[in-house]
Amino acid sequence: MFAFIGKRLAQMVPLLFGITIITFAVIHLAPGSPVEAETAMSLKVSAQARENLKKLYGLDKPVYVQYGQWLGRFVRLDFGKSFVDGRDVIKKIAERIPVTLAINILSLFLIIVVAIPLGVISATKQYSLFDKISTVFVFVGFSTPTFWLALLLMIFFGVQLGILPISGIQRIDVSGMDPAARVLDWGRHLLLPVFVSAFGGIAGLSRYSRSSMLEVIRQDYIRTARAKGLPEKIVIRRHALRNALLPVVTILGLAVPGLIGGGVIFETIFAIPGMGQLYYQSVMARDYPTIMGIMVIFAVLTLLGNLLADVSYGLVDPRIRVSGRK
Amino acid sequence: MSLKKIIWKRFSRNTLAVGGAVVIACIIATALLAPYIAPYGPTHIDIDNVLSSPSARHPLGTDELGRDVLSRMIYGSRVSLEVGFIAMGIAVSIGVIIGSAAGFYGGRVDSILMRFVDVMLAFPSFVLILAVIAILEPSIVTIMAVIGVTGWMDVARLVRAEFLSLKERDFVLAAKSSGAGNLRLIFKEILPNALSPVFIAATFGVAGAILIESSLSFLGIGVQPPDPSWGNILSSGKDYIETAWWLSVFPGMAILVTVLSYNLVGEGLRDALDPRLWQAESFEKIEKPGQAAAKILTE
Repeated sequence: MFAFIGKRLAQMVPLLFGITIITFAVIHLAPGSPVEAETAMSLKVSAQARENLKKLYGLDKPVYVQYGQWLGRFVRLDFGKSFVDGRDVIKKIAERIPVTLAINILSLFLIIVVAIPLGVISATKQYSLFDKISTVFVFVGFSTPTFWLALLLMIFFGVQLGILPISGIQRIDVSGMDPAARVLDWGRHLLLPVFVSAFGGIAGLSRYSRSSMLEVIRQDYIRTARAKGLPEKIVIRRHALRNALLPVVTILGLAVPGLIGGGVIFETIFAIPGMGQLYYQSVMARDYPTIMGIMVIFAVLTLLGNLLADVSYGLVDPRIRVSGRK
Repeated sequence: MSLKKIIWKRFSRNTLAVGGAVVIACIIATALLAPYIAPYGPTHIDIDNVLSSPSARHPLGTDELGRDVLSRMIYGSRVSLEVGFIAMGIAVSIGVIIGSAAGFYGGRVDSILMRFVDVMLAFPSFVLILAVIAILEPSIVTIMAVIGVTGWMDVARLVRAEFLSLKERDFVLAAKSSGAGNLRLIFKEILPNALSPVFIAATFGVAGAILIESSLSFLGIGVQPPDPSWGNILSSGKDYIETAWWLSVFPGMAILVTVLSYNLVGEGLRDALDPRLWQAESFEKIEKPGQAAAKILTE
């Protein structure tokens, strides 16, 4: 097993290289250098000052040297300073992580709790009314723009009913509240964002658990269990469910890029100070060091998600460890 | 019965897919006939009716400048159609070229190209798109190019897999032994037989591109006002969320219905085009545990 994990980790190394090259290339394809972006606003910047800035970023050197230097600093987690406020990019990112992480964990939890029962019940009652309704839900779920869903929920719960806040993660007067009220307030703020974030995943995972369950139900050992006279409840719960859910749980790691991409949109809409919102703000401000830092972190998280999926799949299914998963 | 007839029969039996196709036809007609259908021009300003709710005069209300929402939505359908098809076209072309090269030549070419695919897939697609948008001027051309250039990887993988299995088949070997060159083998012999999964992926690709365009326009980095797009009307909807619900509700519905239609057609095509599914009474009988769903989950 450790050999398997080690092999997977080793395979990640060239990918990490590729990720940094793409990130670096994208930003350096930009017409106009970062120096111009930084000095365009003030006409007073002299030619000499520009040259100094260029030297500071190493822009007077050949591209491969620039890449090498950037990479060298990068692996030491020195992402440079933000163009917007001159603060260390790594610090700006670090302070945004807890909120994003909390929302993603909550929405993963919501996805699991809602999607798996939905899919399993659909499968055990294939072609029933419940199955048909949930299939329709899945298709609509795939096709709904999440930002629109967010807007509708904001209008309904925030404006029409006026029972939920529509932006931020806490009230302005939060400091005067006792801890219990504070947690409650936090929960009220996160309710809509977590739901929106989980929405697409619920559709996807319920479909996946449905097909996984359908596949298992057709197996011979289920027929055997039924043939020896076990009640249907036990056949489903003890024999089918366990086997059907294993592949479902392993796929959760693959949900990472979806959650991240969605986070950029819904954190912006709900004004949640997480990494997604920071990324959007940096894009709007053309804050290249922050953009590059976040891009690499997001890509690494995606790879870790894949790794998690691979490893858990290997744990579940010993055949995979030997042949490698494709 | 000819192959085409079988496929058509299987597709037309699928009511949802046919319904989707009809809706798409209507949307295309709307886009083409926009000037004749729309009650007002897309930038016509009715100064006396700023942010007015739906009425006989403005069936879906007006926006913050007094422009008719219905008319802007009708013209906006052109944007989603253009972006959907052109972005998908770019993605499919790149994917087919890279996928066939990797699958046909194999060896080092294959491993280099596929590692490149892996690296591109490591970026959540929306994140990569935003990064490129950040350095370019936002416009409809930029969006189409960016969505195309960041969305070809699945097609490449599909085409490669088809090539790997097709290139050893007898008809290809026969063509090879009768002296066909590599290009002829790729484009005349193998590619035509590898197109059905590409076709299916392309249909889903249009849906995806429309969703991305609307998200970008909603965030203000897509189609720029005064040009109308469903996404940028929704952007005003967010600004006037307290007062003008009609700005948020209707354009979003248009996106949902359009994207849903393409997805239903894609699903119908998948059923109809895959011969392995023909024998089975239902789609699920041989569907591998939710590969499609897994893919959507990860997007």
